[in-house]
Amino acid sequence: MATVTLKPTKVPELMLEGYSITPDAFAGKTPAQIAALPAHEGKIHVTLGDFFEVSGNAGATAAETDIVIAGDCTRVKYIGSKMTAGTVKVNGNADMYVGGWMKGGKIHITGNVDSFCGMQMQGGEILIDGNAQNYVGCAYRGDWRGMKGGTIRIKGSAGNDIGTFMLGGTIIIEKDTFIHVSTHAEGGTVILKGDVEGRVGGQMVKGTIYVFGTIKFMMPGFKKVDRVELEVDGTKATFDHYIGDLGERHPKSKGKEIFADLYVKA
Amino acid sequence: MTKTITDVVCPFCGTLCDDIEVIVSDDGKKLIEVDNACVIGTEKFLHSQSSDRITRPRMHQEDGSWKEISYDEAVEYTAQMLAKAKKPLMFGWSSTNCEAQSVGNEIAEMSRACCDNTAATCHGTSLIAIQDVGLPSCTLGEIKNRADRIIFWGCNPAHAHPRHMSRYSIFPRGFFTGKGQMSRKLIVVDPRVTDTAKMADIHLQVEQGQDYELLDALRVAFKGEWLPDVVAGIPSEKIREAADVLKSGRFGIIFFGMGVTQSLGKNHNIDEAIAVTKDLNEYTKFSIMPMRGHYNVTGSGEVFAWQFGFPYAVDLTRGFARYNPGDTSTIDLLTRGEIDAMLTIGSDPGAHFPISAVKPIANMPSVCIDPHLTPTSGVSKLHVPVAFNGVETGGNCYRMDNVPIDCRKVVEPPEGMLTDEEFLIKVRDRLKQLKGAA
Repeated sequence: MATVTLKPTKVPELMLEGYSITPDAFAGKTPAQIAALPAHEGKIHVTLGDFFEVSGNAGATAAETDIVIAGDCTRVKYIGSKMTAGTVKVNGNADMYVGGWMKGGKIHITGNVDSFCGMQMQGGEILIDGNAQNYVGCAYRGDWRGMKGGTIRIKGSAGNDIGTFMLGGTIIIEKDTFIHVSTHAEGGTVILKGDVEGRVGGQMVKGTIYVFGTIKFMMPGFKKVDRVELEVDGTKATFDHYIGDLGERHPKSKGKEIFADLYVKA
Repeated sequence: MTKTITDVVCPFCGTLCDDIEVIVSDDGKKLIEVDNACVIGTEKFLHSQSSDRITRPRMHQEDGSWKEISYDEAVEYTAQMLAKAKKPLMFGWSSTNCEAQSVGNEIAEMSRACCDNTAATCHGTSLIAIQDVGLPSCTLGEIKNRADRIIFWGCNPAHAHPRHMSRYSIFPRGFFTGKGQMSRKLIVVDPRVTDTAKMADIHLQVEQGQDYELLDALRVAFKGEWLPDVVAGIPSEKIREAADVLKSGRFGIIFFGMGVTQSLGKNHNIDEAIAVTKDLNEYTKFSIMPMRGHYNVTGSGEVFAWQFGFPYAVDLTRGFARYNPGDTSTIDLLTRGEIDAMLTIGSDPGAHFPISAVKPIANMPSVCIDPHLTPTSGVSKLHVPVAFNGVETGGNCYRMDNVPIDCRKVVEPPEGMLTDEEFLIKVRDRLKQLKGAA
């Protein structure tokens, strides 16, 4: 494995669109070639070298390339978006679209991220040590096929619209969440370890949600069916099992209607 | 002697009433009286005649005073600002005609700007929901002639669209609704007892911010499934009663306003309301329609969608159209410090945006094109007064049901004043020169 280190040298005046910061774009390039990779600040064409000092070497392929950003990226968008392999680590915060459309590899952000983290994700892993804003693992506007695979773990809290239109994969929020979890989802798993304000599983067709804390406002379309013992993300506990959303359409399998499952810790 | 002009279109709200009569002086220079319009529409026409009207562009000076400049100087400042900025924003468009909007889009493409209209703080969330799940809608004429089940959800037309109820939704006797109000059942969903709610057959006094839960409960009630005893502060029996009233109609319509589009959940509330409409079509004919505010905000969405493919919050900085409200929408751009120049036209963000989004406007090169004195013109570096659209110039506008209606010119603007379109054409041509294209 080869490591490329980017050291921020300048804070962008507007936001920097750092769509080239992926192991795929860096693979097989020298530091000088990486510094010449394109980026945008508004309508101005810039290069990564305008904002970062590049050192180290990239591997021959994306899978052999590790990227470390040694500093804060609060004003840099699209870090690790569309990556297929390799790793990206940011020692600080990052802005929107971290790991958006990601297919593989690993991203680790030690600070907070803004919205649209893991948008349309298909595979790989994202680990955020801090908090995330809204739209974690959501679908792109107007697309009814959202996150399909991979894992997102947010160690802090998250805002609203978690896993909208989700089809697969796992999202874990370790602290509190605001509203709209797995809205319109047709698959996938969301684990909420903290409390949540409400709208959990609205318009949900299929998929699973586990809530360890409390739901302040329960959706009227979820009905309690039984109580079960489960091991979720390494923790054993008793959960109340609800099915829903009863107002939404549901597919049939072997003549039986399939509902989404919501487990709330008893 | 005076002249009476009939069938004038009112340029105030999205209802776009087209039966206004205006009395003007014989020489066509003075507007004397307005008949048939509501009090807000009347004021809009008469305000064009005010004696303290600004008729020439003004530049904000260092000491806070204003200096009158020529239209040519204003064109130069605007074109230079758009050409130099890294990421300019062109916001507003809802109180101007489609012709001016189209010229604006040419300018936006040349200067690679972000473009947005007032849907950003209004029905933009509805547009997101429509993109997610579609919109079964109809025209206001169909509602007048057919609708016997009317829902006003989070809107108060008695005050915001004063002639909506008398022209289309409640009182008119249509082809299949010969008894007028008697042939219609009105359901109002509002946490407050508004003047609209006072007229309702059923008033569902939903708890603040729980519209989504109530809409979901209605869907469950249509299917006859289990419901909790109380949802969003409303007993389940009342929800089932409302569900039965809706299912038993021949033609129903949900009108929704900013009470649902800008309260908790935003686009999801509309998404669920559209799902309710879809469900009701299993039992009867049902439609849904946003109560658009500005008279041509619908037109702005139409022109954006036709020319760029997205109805609002379009980002052209990379040379192609991108759209993702939350990232490319005006308030986010302003509060996150993502833009460095702003042009406002036909709207007043200064009065409607959060203060954290208004402050940056005062600190960057900014132009406000507006016939009125507004909080936005007050914080902008350059204020360009223009002729009143729909009063002093005509042009195409779209009603809230997406029906295009041509506005009419009824009176001459003060001498030497330009219209929105004329000013924008001059800016466009100057920008072409600056870019070396002409």
